[in-house]
Amino acid sequence: MRKYFGRKIFVYALTFFAAVTINWMIPRLMPGDPIKSRLARASLNDAGAAEALYGYFNKMFGLDLPLWQQYLNFWVSLFQGDLGISIWNFPTPVIDLILGAVPYSLGLLLPSIILSWLVGNWFGAYAARSKWLDNTILPIGYILTATPYMWLALLLAWSLGIVAGLFPAAGSYGLSLQPAFTWTFISSLLEHWFLPFLSLFLVALGGWAIGMRNMIIYELESEYSNYLQALGAPRRLIRKYAFRNAMLPQLTGLAVQLGTVVAGALLTEIVFSYQGLGYLILQAIQNQDFFLLQGTFLFIVIGVLIANFIIDIVYALVDPRVRVQMQGGAK
Amino acid sequence: MTLEVSDLRVYYRTLRGDVRALDGPTFTVADGEIMGLAGESGSGKSTLSKSLIRLDGRMRYIGGSVTLDGDEMPIWDDRAMDEFRYKRVSIIPQYAMSAMNPTRKIGKMIAELLESRGVRFRDVRDELHRRLELVELERDVLDRYPLELSGGMKQRTVMVISTLLNPSLLIADEVTSALDVSTQRAVAETLVEFRDREFVKSMIVVTHDISLVYQIADTIMVMYGGRLAEKASAKTIIEMPKHPYTKMLLDSLPEVGVKYEDKRLSGIPGSPPGLLNPPQGCRFRDRCPLADKQCLEQPPFVEVESDHHVACWKAE
Repeated sequence: MRKYFGRKIFVYALTFFAAVTINWMIPRLMPGDPIKSRLARASLNDAGAAEALYGYFNKMFGLDLPLWQQYLNFWVSLFQGDLGISIWNFPTPVIDLILGAVPYSLGLLLPSIILSWLVGNWFGAYAARSKWLDNTILPIGYILTATPYMWLALLLAWSLGIVAGLFPAAGSYGLSLQPAFTWTFISSLLEHWFLPFLSLFLVALGGWAIGMRNMIIYELESEYSNYLQALGAPRRLIRKYAFRNAMLPQLTGLAVQLGTVVAGALLTEIVFSYQGLGYLILQAIQNQDFFLLQGTFLFIVIGVLIANFIIDIVYALVDPRVRVQMQGGAK
Repeated sequence: MTLEVSDLRVYYRTLRGDVRALDGPTFTVADGEIMGLAGESGSGKSTLSKSLIRLDGRMRYIGGSVTLDGDEMPIWDDRAMDEFRYKRVSIIPQYAMSAMNPTRKIGKMIAELLESRGVRFRDVRDELHRRLELVELERDVLDRYPLELSGGMKQRTVMVISTLLNPSLLIADEVTSALDVSTQRAVAETLVEFRDREFVKSMIVVTHDISLVYQIADTIMVMYGGRLAEKASAKTIIEMPKHPYTKMLLDSLPEVGVKYEDKRLSGIPGSPPGLLNPPQGCRFRDRCPLADKQCLEQPPFVEVESDHHVACWKAE
């Protein structure tokens, strides 16, 4: 058991190191100079002033140092919890920007992933046992998963948001409001939350339902099901076993999905101008904001790793095959 | 008679028509009899053994009857058959290695299975322990998951599970085909022991390995092309077969003490008939050296000597 987790933790540490290094490298490999483009927007007429400002900013962000020095500095400040200062939203610290965006992303993605997983598995399990449900749910599921996401999102924003006017089609909350713990603010938050949530929920739903249906059918035709049927076991028992075993791959799927939670849903947040992490990533890329990009990526990496680690533990609890492997048993 | 099968017809439904995999065999299995059921692929032996316990989705009951201890089994009615399954007729499946739910402890699975059949686990637990001991398994296999057992252990566990409720008829479907030779022998002997201890009354051992079934079976029934070819005591089938197919089948087995350096081991030329549109008359006709005009008519399965049934016009 300890050996198993020891090995896992070592692998996770290695992954973390590699991923963080790559995160640091990628923005620096992008063509262009973030400071120059920032100064260009300030449209300074005086060439001398521009030169001075350029030098100042370059020094401030530490971009004048050799690359290896920048890399070392990055690790040092990382362990001090300092992710740097945003170039795009100067001079807000990156960590503040991220912490401001994370609740929106989590609030959007956690409910949509978990609810679609629960409802999808439930539908799928039922579809596997009823011809009628199978013939209705399956095509709908296929249509939903095959729909290009942004198209569905735009369709929802257009139909429910603009034509029917039931929900606001853009923003995280009303433009005239300031975040506060008041009823007006919360209800506006919920209204704005609903459409992006619905779009994510619908798209994921079909996939889960189809996956579950196929897994259950596979399990029902497996040899242990056959054996139980030959021994006259009631359908109830066989279904119970099939359902339990079919849940295992679905659980892995959920874990992978949950890992991406922190990444935000880039497309959703762009379509609905929802100010979560995905929106931040877009801004960071468009403005060549090294520090913001690094920071958000770091968050994603940590999120994926933690989610995977949790699932490793959960899997060991629910699947005896993994547990046996862990204890160094047979095979 | 434990089992009486009369003119049983089970076809496979396909898009191109019915495949007559089981075309009217009539035979009996006596109390305490271990009957070996032999034949090549496509002879209908698997279809027959499945029909006696559970038709799979593609099989269609056409006609005939199956009587177990005097009660007719409703093999066409999946639900009504549940009453017979396990308690009166049971099976050791071909896939014994993967017959147990991988995510349940074996003991728990057995308990759940028994309870679902209305049997109190507590009432049979001692017997279960005794029988595990008999097949040389520790009691603690019940606390393990299937993947913690070796292949042979799984096979023995399934044998114990399948016979736990003392069924009248046990179908052992190719039970030895996935095992190595030494384990095969042990499994075969266990089957005999189960019969001797009256865990099961009668047994049908489906196999394509005639030499193995000869060691344990009282009688051997040979099938060909969905019909019966010959049934007699194991000794008679091996030493004095009457059906040309049985003869050729035995001739194609290697013999101890004979070197096959100069002489190639001969098979039976030709291949079994397609059963979608089976040929008229005797189905072995095309491959049979003795065939003539008479064989255009289907030979009946008759008793030519005491307890020796053959379906062949040429059998003397």
